[in-house]
Amino acid sequence: MNLYAVRAIYLFELARTWRTLLQSIATPVISTSLYFVVFGAAIGASMNQVHGVSYGAFIVPGLIMLALLTESISNASFGIYMPRYAGTIYEVLSAPISPLEIVIGYVGAAATKSVILGLVILLTAGLFVDFEIAHPVWMLIYLVLTAFTFSLFGFIIGIWADGWEKLQVVPALIVTPLTFLGGSFYSISMLPEVWQTITLFNPVVYLISAFRWTFYGVADVNVWLSFGMTVVFLLACLGVVSWMFKSGYRLKN
Amino acid sequence: MSAIIAIKALSKTYASGHPALKQVDLEIQPGEIFALLGPNGAGKTTLISIVCGIVNPGGGQVLVAGHDIVRDYRASRGQIGLVPQELVNDVFETVWATVKFSRGLFGKAPNAAYLEQLLKELSLWDKRDAKIIELSGGMKRRVMIAKALAHEPNILFLDEPTAGVDVELRRDMWAMVRRLRERGVTIILTTHYIEEAEEMADRIGVIRKGELILVEDKDVLMRRLGRKELILHLKEPLTSLPASLADFKLELIESGHGLRYGFDSQHDDTGIPRLLAAISAAGLELRDLKSKESSLEEIFVNLLKEGV
Ligand SMILES: Nc1ncnc2c1ncn2[C@@H]1O[C@H](COP(=O)(O)OP(=O)(O)O)[C@@H](O)[C@H]1O
Ligand SMILES: [Mg+2]
Repeated sequence: MNLYAVRAIYLFELARTWRTLLQSIATPVISTSLYFVVFGAAIGASMNQVHGVSYGAFIVPGLIMLALLTESISNASFGIYMPRYAGTIYEVLSAPISPLEIVIGYVGAAATKSVILGLVILLTAGLFVDFEIAHPVWMLIYLVLTAFTFSLFGFIIGIWADGWEKLQVVPALIVTPLTFLGGSFYSISMLPEVWQTITLFNPVVYLISAFRWTFYGVADVNVWLSFGMTVVFLLACLGVVSWMFKSGYRLKN
Repeated sequence: MSAIIAIKALSKTYASGHPALKQVDLEIQPGEIFALLGPNGAGKTTLISIVCGIVNPGGGQVLVAGHDIVRDYRASRGQIGLVPQELVNDVFETVWATVKFSRGLFGKAPNAAYLEQLLKELSLWDKRDAKIIELSGGMKRRVMIAKALAHEPNILFLDEPTAGVDVELRRDMWAMVRRLRERGVTIILTTHYIEEAEEMADRIGVIRKGELILVEDKDVLMRRLGRKELILHLKEPLTSLPASLADFKLELIESGHGLRYGFDSQHDDTGIPRLLAAISAAGLELRDLKSKESSLEEIFVNLLKEGV
């Protein structure tokens, strides 16, 4: 294992975040705060409790997931797309480093940022609403698992994209809508029956449901099913990445 | 001595169907400076990129210090530093951060003292905290050299190092190449400037359309460069050379109207007075004579034109 290389990539990528602190941490925190103000405080005040928690508290896990997914994908995809675009990728390709080490460096850095971001949003949420965390250890585990999985997904997008547009298109047109429709702001039991069934095809439903369970002990769908789905998605992403490196897909001619 | 880089029957066809390398065989000796010379599109960058792991090889095999570049890529790549043709940098990084990154990437423990010395040698030390985007083009190229040397490689590839580079940097670069060679670093550079190859290289390879058409010691080539020709035009054509001129290695040209005499212009005794005396003794009358140089440039031009 070329640990110096993994460390070099990891620290280099984190340094990039540090440099663009405003963009990488402050922006998502501010936008999430706005959600709390609008949905939690303003609208939530006149809403009933959901699953026995106040509406403002109910949306906290969903909002964290929303930020976690979009930021994991955009950080990781940007992290690998940028050197491809600038041409500096030559150095990584010519280094004595395995695909796994490359992935750990880039994806690890992106996931670290997301986890930090998730925790910062969690703290921010505490300023607006009262909530408790029923299973803090599971909450952390799930936070890390999701951050890593979607950073890996973002990494794949960053290798697949051959233009800035493609880099934006998956997060904007697929992930954000799925997250909004995935129960961030409502329990799917509040939907008409037909929509409840349709919603189950949205993978993000499982993520949000399980994450909310770690907070309040209630879930829309079976928690183990959710964990299982996340792990399956993680393994699928790993499979795609390993194929990409083996074939040299969009990395090597 | 066994070769530090052994390339056997290497070929590469890009996805576009373009055959960029055709069955290239080449051995590079440890410690030498090898210049790969060829026009644009000949396959120089492709060759280097394959050895460094940036482009997948098609057919054939490459060993670096005995390590297969595909199967044993860690061992082979660790030996190599590459300064690519294009100027590419992480423009928002500082010089120091980017050089440190390169060293780590190649699996070397941090060594601030070495990096400091390296940056000083390349006149980059004053700029270590500057962002790369603030540097001039020449400075950016120095940064790329520093990155390539950050992990103390045994082998350095320089892909068109002096294309579009100012005189000062060019001189510095050549001085650096000589220093590296003294430390035992093997250097492979590509260029389409003949003077560069002449100035720097121990051996020269000429590549054209993906084929390595010549590999030669520079001195041998220079000797060829030193050769001149004397063309003698005769009043009356000859059908064969008179026996009295047999010793002169003459060649009958222009269907007997001319004689070609090759000689070494750097040699004190060119043999010309003796030749002229022998010609007049043989009763041949001259209409005209001229001498011309066969330059290295001309050798290459002819080589490259062959078969077109
Ligand atoms: N990525 C690529 N895809 C398709 N063709 C390529 C690619 N890179 C180089 N080529 C072609 O391969 C040939 C050799 O290119 P290259 O190795 O860059 O030559 P040189 O470095 O000698 O100028 C050229 O004809 C070039 O157009
Ligand atoms: Mg080239």
